[in-house]
Amino acid sequence: MGFPHPSHPKETVVLSQYFGDAGARSYGGWVERGGYEGLKKGLAMGPEAIIEEIKLSGLRGRGGAGFPTGLKWSFMPKNDGKVHYLVCNADESEPGTFKDREIMRWTPHALLEGVAIAAFAIGAEQTYIYIRGEYTEPWAIMQAAVAEAYAAGALGGNAFGSGRRIEVILHRGAGAYICGEETAMLNSLEGKRGNPRIKPPFPAQAGLFGLPTTINNVETLAAVPLILTRGAAWHQALCLGNPKSTGTKLISVCGHVQRPGNYEITMGTPMKELIYDMCGGMRPGRTLKAVIPGGSSVPILTAAEADSCVMDYEGVVAAGSMLGSGGMIVMDDSTDMVRQIWRLARFYAHESCAQCTQCREGTAWTTKVMERILLGQGRASDLQLLLDLADNMTGTTICVLSDSCAAPVVSGIAKFRGEFEAYLAKAPTLLPTLQTA
Amino acid sequence: MTLKVEQVSAHSASEPHPGPHEPVFVGQTLAGLQALYPLYATRQACLLPALWMVQEARGWISEAAVAEVAEVLRLTPAYVKGVVTFYTMYHTRPVGRHFIQVCTTSPCALSGGEETRDALLAATGCRDLGATSPDGRFTVTEVECLGACGFATPIMVGNDFIESVTPERVAGILERYG
Repeated sequence: MGFPHPSHPKETVVLSQYFGDAGARSYGGWVERGGYEGLKKGLAMGPEAIIEEIKLSGLRGRGGAGFPTGLKWSFMPKNDGKVHYLVCNADESEPGTFKDREIMRWTPHALLEGVAIAAFAIGAEQTYIYIRGEYTEPWAIMQAAVAEAYAAGALGGNAFGSGRRIEVILHRGAGAYICGEETAMLNSLEGKRGNPRIKPPFPAQAGLFGLPTTINNVETLAAVPLILTRGAAWHQALCLGNPKSTGTKLISVCGHVQRPGNYEITMGTPMKELIYDMCGGMRPGRTLKAVIPGGSSVPILTAAEADSCVMDYEGVVAAGSMLGSGGMIVMDDSTDMVRQIWRLARFYAHESCAQCTQCREGTAWTTKVMERILLGQGRASDLQLLLDLADNMTGTTICVLSDSCAAPVVSGIAKFRGEFEAYLAKAPTLLPTLQTA
Repeated sequence: MTLKVEQVSAHSASEPHPGPHEPVFVGQTLAGLQALYPLYATRQACLLPALWMVQEARGWISEAAVAEVAEVLRLTPAYVKGVVTFYTMYHTRPVGRHFIQVCTTSPCALSGGEETRDALLAATGCRDLGATSPDGRFTVTEVECLGACGFATPIMVGNDFIESVTPERVAGILERYG
């Protein structure tokens, strides 16, 4: 539902059904709304059957990568005698994305139920939910929900009398975008700087504390209970033509639309319908200029590309970008693209963990070059310099933060070159006017 | 005669004489930390929670507190400091009574975040980002993406998360924080 707006008829309201309904927050309220049936069913099905059902449903990771969830769970070793961990990634910090926050604020038990099912499926007795430090309200709500779930016996040493131990521990981040990268999150959980790890080994082999670990996003886990109660076939059928992308997706829409907010769509919905029908279109007198469809780390789409873009994993790739986390940044014709791309570059420069040279230097150089272009001090060779930097920053580092910085720069120069050139032709500004922290 | 120097920027602010360090991890706070040990496979994993406890108790994390945390968790002070400085939410110097973070990352920059930042700086009397107002009430900083882009501009005042802040709302919001 288009929280904070009423649900739009073109939405498919599943995960967001109870957004805005404070009654759904409590354990009792959640049970009244059909909650915890998925977990009960899952405990009866057993781990193998759960993983098969999730594989069949077509559910893919909602945090950005879109990796098949059931397959990921199946990578966890079986009967290895080791401790297994589940880590829930609630470090939502990809610019443009604010869906996990609403899941935790309104339906904390949907997440806990999904966590419990996943933990059972992968043989994990302990789950850590890593919540970004700034999410103080979701933290408080999750804390209350965890306490209630323990009191009701849904979590704890003997979850719903199954004889299985399912423990959930909330862990608070402290302000670092990079901790949303799964291996950086593991380091952060271990009390270290949030530096991403080199893969392999993959977390399923050696993750948290060196033990087999699965990391799943909040939205992914929240989607699990209903797949068990309603069946994989129901989930598979939630798709508009492309069987590789199934289910619903929460799309966070921000920027220059009339009604920003979270919208839940069936995979395959045209972006046009989302922008013009659900979000009410652009502000009066304005036209669409560009869209960043999947959180700030993906290539920018022009208005024409956005108009023909279909919102599912493959559809957005076909349009020249990625669905990512589903954080859609919409820009109208008043937008200064050079300034916005500078803002993004600055974000990545600030958030680089600095362990890889290409990223540490590349994000900083990109920001500085963009800054001088904005100040009218750019050189004719600067666009090529930015592209060369971006080339060195792509595919060369431990994680994809530097690729994410390069994506908007490369697509921005390719698609809005005229705006860059206009800045290059400008007379230099004598006094720096950019306010930087 | 003493010369009174006004603090204009956190970067130039000299730390006040901390005096002897009163340990944070005694009594209930120590018990609270010890209760976390069984939840993690290593004691090191309690570092972020321990640092939050220090900041909640003291408002910031001093060098002496770093040393104390290191001792309690059996780490070295250098290691702990490396972790403290990695995360932006830990304060390594004193801040105003109310620490304000305003989001100016792209989506908010599109929707008036920079204007809201300027209004906050003007209304609090903080002359620069990162500086504390002369009355010690506020410190204003920019923050990268608070994860509420559809409700631009989100700000945080201490632990309060406030959505849809505009320059017009700034005065009314600040009134609530004495």
